Amino acid sequence: MVPLSWYVALSSTLFLIGLVGVLIRRNIVIVLLCIEIMLNAVNINFVAFSKYQHVIDGQIFVFFVITVAAAEVAVGLGIIIALFRLRETINIDEINILKL
Amino acid sequence: MQLAMFAYFGAAILLSALFVVYFRNPIYSAMALLTMFMHIAGLYVLLEAEFLAGVQLLVYAGAILVLYLFVVMLLNVQSRGRFVQKQTPAVIGLGVLAVIELATLIFHTRFYPELPAIPHPGVPTLGNTETIGMVLYTQYLFPFEIASLVLLIALVGAIVLAKGKLKYR
Repeated sequence: MVPLSWYVALSSTLFLIGLVGVLIRRNIVIVLLCIEIMLNAVNINFVAFSKYQHVIDGQIFVFFVITVAAAEVAVGLGIIIALFRLRETINIDEINILKL
Repeated sequence: MQLAMFAYFGAAILLSALFVVYFRNPIYSAMALLTMFMHIAGLYVLLEAEFLAGVQLLVYAGAILVLYLFVVMLLNVQSRGRFVQKQTPAVIGLGVLAVIELATLIFHTRFYPELPAIPHPGVPTLGNTETIGMVLYTQYLFPFEIASLVLLIALVGAIVLAKGKLKYR
């Protein structure tokens, strides 16, 4: 039996990788991919706790997280396409039209 | 056996997540993300969540990743110039601090040294999919309906955003 703390360690390391990716990458598509990594890290945590506590609710939560992730990807990619049409770039630090 | 499977899936997940951040070409990153999704589905099977493993493969690997690939190929942008953003040293220091804090928290928490007992030992347990269906359509019925609303709004929003200049009459 794998200890629960290993799952938590795996999930937090994965979350950290995603967070670092969001912070350091310039390409806005990669930033969205890293957000997906972070959501998946949270999902691993939910499923692990759901198994070790014999409660099914964690898996239901993962279901809703996947739904929200799909919605987020659709809207995020729409925003990226609109931005690309406007500015001809997908580098985050060149997109500053909301800055005063 | 279970430990070996966990080690394989965990190592593959971490490695492919690192590749997502590391690769310069967005298509390679998306492919690395596909590997990560598949290994996470394997981890779900290991955790006895077979339905979620199927949903993970269908929704993430099947739908979301294809959407990403479409957009990457549609934009067709060659990444030029710098690879990473400029950050100040203060930000890097804060990041190291966050890593240390997280490691301390993980290593000093005791996660269930003894597992809690199964609530009703006499009752024969249903399969994973049956249990999820029962709970989802009774206890979580209202959030389920709200989720459909979220998807509808995202659908309309994505179309409006990506369509560009609409001709309002």
